[in-house]
Amino acid sequence: MALTLNINGHDYPVQADPDTPLLWVLRDELKMTGTKYGCGIAQCGACTVQADGQAIRSCQTPIQAAAGMKITTIEGLGGTHPLQAAWVKLDVPQCGYCQSGQIMSAAALLAAKPKPTDQDIDDAMSGNICRCGTYQRIRAAIKDASGQAPATANA
Amino acid sequence: MNAIVKTPKTASKLATATRRGVIVSATAAGGALLVGCSMGDVLSMGAKKQDFGAFGPFIKIDPDGWVTVFNKHQEMGQGNHAGLAAIVAEELDADWDKVRVQPSAANAKIYANTLIGGLQGTGGSTAIANSWTQLRTAGAAARAMFVQAASVRWTTPTKDITVKDGVVSHVPSGRTVRFAELLPDVAKLTPPAQPTLKKPSDFTLIGTDRVARKDSLAKSTGTAGYTQDVHLPNMLTAMVAHPTRFGATVASFDATAARAVPGVVDVVKIPTGVAVIAENTYAARKGREALKVTWNEDKAEKRSSDQIMTSYKGVVAGKSDVKWHAFQTAGDAATAFGGELFHATYEFPFLAHATMEPMNCVAQVDGRKVKLTFASQIQTLDQLNAAMVVGTLPGAVEIQTLPAGGSFGRRGNPTSDYATECVHIAKHVGGGRPVKLVWTREDDMTGGRYRPMVLHTVAIRTDTDGYPAAWRHRVVTQSTTKGLPGAGAFDPSAVEGTKDSPYLKATPVVDGQAYIADSPVTTLWWRSVGATHTAMAMEHTIDQLAHKAGKDPADYRRALYTRAGATRHIAALNLACEKAGWGQPLPAGTARGLAVHESFGTVVAQVAEVSLVDGKPRVGRVVCAVDCGVAVAPDLVKAQMEGGTCYGLSAALYGAITLKDGVVEQQNFDTYQVLRMNEAPTVETYIIASANPPSGAGEPGTPLIAPAVANALLVLTGKPTTSLPFVKA
Repeated sequence: MALTLNINGHDYPVQADPDTPLLWVLRDELKMTGTKYGCGIAQCGACTVQADGQAIRSCQTPIQAAAGMKITTIEGLGGTHPLQAAWVKLDVPQCGYCQSGQIMSAAALLAAKPKPTDQDIDDAMSGNICRCGTYQRIRAAIKDASGQAPATANA
Repeated sequence: MNAIVKTPKTASKLATATRRGVIVSATAAGGALLVGCSMGDVLSMGAKKQDFGAFGPFIKIDPDGWVTVFNKHQEMGQGNHAGLAAIVAEELDADWDKVRVQPSAANAKIYANTLIGGLQGTGGSTAIANSWTQLRTAGAAARAMFVQAASVRWTTPTKDITVKDGVVSHVPSGRTVRFAELLPDVAKLTPPAQPTLKKPSDFTLIGTDRVARKDSLAKSTGTAGYTQDVHLPNMLTAMVAHPTRFGATVASFDATAARAVPGVVDVVKIPTGVAVIAENTYAARKGREALKVTWNEDKAEKRSSDQIMTSYKGVVAGKSDVKWHAFQTAGDAATAFGGELFHATYEFPFLAHATMEPMNCVAQVDGRKVKLTFASQIQTLDQLNAAMVVGTLPGAVEIQTLPAGGSFGRRGNPTSDYATECVHIAKHVGGGRPVKLVWTREDDMTGGRYRPMVLHTVAIRTDTDGYPAAWRHRVVTQSTTKGLPGAGAFDPSAVEGTKDSPYLKATPVVDGQAYIADSPVTTLWWRSVGATHTAMAMEHTIDQLAHKAGKDPADYRRALYTRAGATRHIAALNLACEKAGWGQPLPAGTARGLAVHESFGTVVAQVAEVSLVDGKPRVGRVVCAVDCGVAVAPDLVKAQMEGGTCYGLSAALYGAITLKDGVVEQQNFDTYQVLRMNEAPTVETYIIASANPPSGAGEPGTPLIAPAVANALLVLTGKPTTSLPFVKA
């Protein structure tokens, strides 16, 4: 059965079973590998994308549920999002594997709350695991991108 | 396999091995051996001849002016790529903004890690340390070639020539020429073997915050290519059904239902289980779910974690007749332990590395040709292990090294477990067709290679001033080096950090012994290795002794460090205490805990501010002082202290892999809880200025937070911590 997915503003016909998680269609069929597999059970956030602006876990979203929504992946941020600039400025990534998901969660946060508090950041970002422990710089970069930044991650 | 190389007469004699000091004295790949060849020659047997450009194996400069530095190490997040490139750029006087880094080929003859002799590999926080002189020399030699070429072109003495940001200048005339323009001239020259290196006081790049990561943009845009992201034409994806108990083997299997799953291509038994080979990841997963395997568990581990710990306690209590390994002794232990003793026991669970990217590998096997595309951490071992599967020479195994989505030690292991699995499957597929092996999170979590369970016990008699006069220490654990070619029965990392601790040096009578237990549960080094437990055992013991003596824990340590001549410890402790406001008042319910530990040549002191929230430790501010010699990339050292602290805190709060009748009870992040944003501390790092050669930064920030928190809890509750994690499941 063919479904159509709207991803980053483009329609893609896909052939996979309707119960296939969006993650695997993105990665295996559409070769959009910026969205990562981390746990498969919506516990780590590495697979985070946005559906109609909301951060969702693509590993637990069957494509039949994603059809009809506007999906945005890390590729859709274009590389010029203020968060991406802040991530580079503060050298947030270490291994980097979780960072697509971190940035997609943060982008959804900033879209809803342009000046998030520490509590807002905790609430929005605690579903995204970083095993390298870059949390402190993620927090600093979110604040930097929202114009309320400490100058350095170590401040 | 036998005789991969025509063997000369002498019998094979390999190696004592520790993670930092693997000394391999003959080929490990099947008992063959060469005499009269260097280890690099042996390990690179069968390698294609590599032709390097004018600047040798570490540097390439293109006509567009870009300088490429070849990284022989694994970039797993620690940021070594930037530090290594900066070492080259400093001596070369290159334009840092036009320096990029690529992984080198796998070739131990050229790219061996000089601190883990003979092997190309990354571990023990050695990347910068072992490359320091090598890359400075390479950079300085290339610079000297440009100077010489300009001197010939301008017919002027070399003393009048300077180099800055990739531009060569003739000072008297003001003439300049870019590196790129001199390349045709330089191509005729040979790099000098012993070029003059800069004085550290003349460094302009090293030690500055200009040394930033070169991969942050790729890692912030989803374009950094990990193993998981490899898509090759005609590639298959495989998953393996593993036994639920360590040591079990396949008795029989029924693949009928698995083969009926759309997209499943083949099902094959391999030594570690049964592989389902499919056209994509989801089909492989569904196929594996449909597979029925019966396991032979005759030799499997069937004990539970508490039974294993009970057996360790029995060993210490003398209930088993075991051969202890005396790792440190001083004075007359026979008479020194009379009277009142201080006793402490520390129990540590298995820990999973739980990298964000679960283990995976891409392999292509065509006859005896093997190509691996993955985040190889110890390329030489991966070559050896792959070569044994297909019967070829280790150097004939080509590896394209990719960045790792975390490792913390997991990707480098004696048997190359997951990579070897992939080679078996690709061998079955044959024809050079690419196969990507994907471990799910559950495979990764239950797949072993854990930091082993550990038991420490101490019994200490103190002198009239409350300082240790006699220290008895017992450690029981499994080896992390079992299966490593040439590894001895005793694993020195089991006691690193206890052995030769300043506290033991300051104690007149020492009786330190360890016992290495065995189990089918596979184990491995885990970020900071022995220090993951020895730092806790030593630092928490010291605070308890200080409290018992009525002394301030910082003062108590200073006294012992002075006796031991541990001046770097004193400097780190003093700086951390000063910056943390040690001794200054804190809000009610908050206490500071201190820990100081040396690992991998780096001394770190840490002060953590801790409170109890709903009975759980809550860590706020953490102050780190670090002495890692020359800090090539200060901001990356800070990043490693921040990350290492979080990694250590994650394990200290929650980390535990437990066995129930031999079966791992944790499958995923819902049951193997890890540190999240809302619990992350704020880490401040202060680097001690040093002219010593660089030591490591990737691991030494990890082991202090557990004892620092335990020491703060001792203040808050009056109770010592006797086991980790702090939060019991």
